[in-house]
Amino acid sequence: MATNNIKVLTKPFNLENPITVQVLGICSALAVTVQLKPAIVMGLSVTVVTAFSNLIISMLRNTIPNRIRIIVQLVVVAALVIIVDQVLKAYVYDVSKKLSVFVGLIITNCILMGRLEAFAMVNKPWASFVDGIGNGLGYSFILIALAFFRELLGSGSLFGMKIIPQSFYDLGYQNNSLMILPPMALILVGVIIWIQRSKNRSLIEE
Amino acid sequence: MNVESNKYIFLYSIIMVVLVAVSLTIVAIKLKPAQEKNIRVEKMQNILKSVNILSAPSDAEDKYNQFITEKYVINSKGEMVEGKEAFELDLAVELKKEPDFRNLPVFVCTQENGEREFIVPLRGKGLWGPIWGYMSFKNDFNTVVGCMFDHKGETPGLGAEINTGVFQSQFFNKKIFNESGNLTAIDIIKGGAAPDNIHGVDAISGGTITSKGVQYMVRDCLMLYEPFFKSKMASGK
Repeated sequence: MATNNIKVLTKPFNLENPITVQVLGICSALAVTVQLKPAIVMGLSVTVVTAFSNLIISMLRNTIPNRIRIIVQLVVVAALVIIVDQVLKAYVYDVSKKLSVFVGLIITNCILMGRLEAFAMVNKPWASFVDGIGNGLGYSFILIALAFFRELLGSGSLFGMKIIPQSFYDLGYQNNSLMILPPMALILVGVIIWIQRSKNRSLIEE
Repeated sequence: MNVESNKYIFLYSIIMVVLVAVSLTIVAIKLKPAQEKNIRVEKMQNILKSVNILSAPSDAEDKYNQFITEKYVINSKGEMVEGKEAFELDLAVELKKEPDFRNLPVFVCTQENGEREFIVPLRGKGLWGPIWGYMSFKNDFNTVVGCMFDHKGETPGLGAEINTGVFQSQFFNKKIFNESGNLTAIDIIKGGAAPDNIHGVDAISGGTITSKGVQYMVRDCLMLYEPFFKSKMASGK
């Protein structure tokens, strides 16, 4: 892969992370990160949809009439999301129920339209595909980090399996119920942004 | 052709729409069998849950076949109806029919200790959409063994709590008939039910309308089964 494309793939992990730097797609980050398994499935779904919609729109970019540009982008994203939703319902039904409306809401996730307009419309297909994967993975990374702490501290488990031993509970340890509520996800995102900016001074605005 | 001309735009839109419609249809048709199987497995899990048997999607069918030993269909008078499969019936569909034409399923669970428990489906209206569930009774057709509820779009943290163990476990050992033999069903009481109230449970704080929806659902659906229950109680099983 050309050096350029490697940068395209890796930038969204840190310096151009969709959630913590571009501040896109926050809503779903709050809702589906209560447990690890739905968070991973959601991250995967967004990655697949972003990558393929970037690819398709990039391939079509010279044929799309300007007046219906946004509509065409929406149709492509919506069709992909419906396909992903149908696949989830068929093969991971229990997770699809936990994700419920949030899979459909991927269509409204700003990350997708953001990348389509900013990148796919003006770049070649392969680069766009890689950009979609990079942003999807950057998003997934944050979701997994959030879900890891929320499930561990809020339910004492990971992937539904009890991690915190019973002896801790006997000594008086209690699950932090605040972790399961949406505001905590926002606070954790803030903490991640804080850590990220302390390490990368360049991200701090003047 | 000029990309910005009207003719092009119309042609482009039409082709795009047709292509998308065809691909989505193909995907939906190919995946339908797997999706329907998931729904069937979930129904089995729900029926088992109402008699307090937990199952995973992988073993739900086996447990269902092991524990649910009888399934039959009755009409609104409580008489047996032949030729219908209890599992295939959808209460939502049956409720739309005239009372005389309704087919009501009954599932019988035989627990490991030999006790027989009777399970009936429920269907009602929550605040935002349908609510449903199953309720099971001991062979006195009066004492609740367990129940499960679920919903489509009730408010998370409020009405949605009806599908939690905390809410559902309140119904254990409650009774649906009073001393005079009248069907009281279960009251879901805002502000909390008295601890010794065998016909009442606590409503959900902040979820009054959904809680009331559950109350009416339980009452209305149990009324459908009342002739059947009474005839079973009279005949002594």
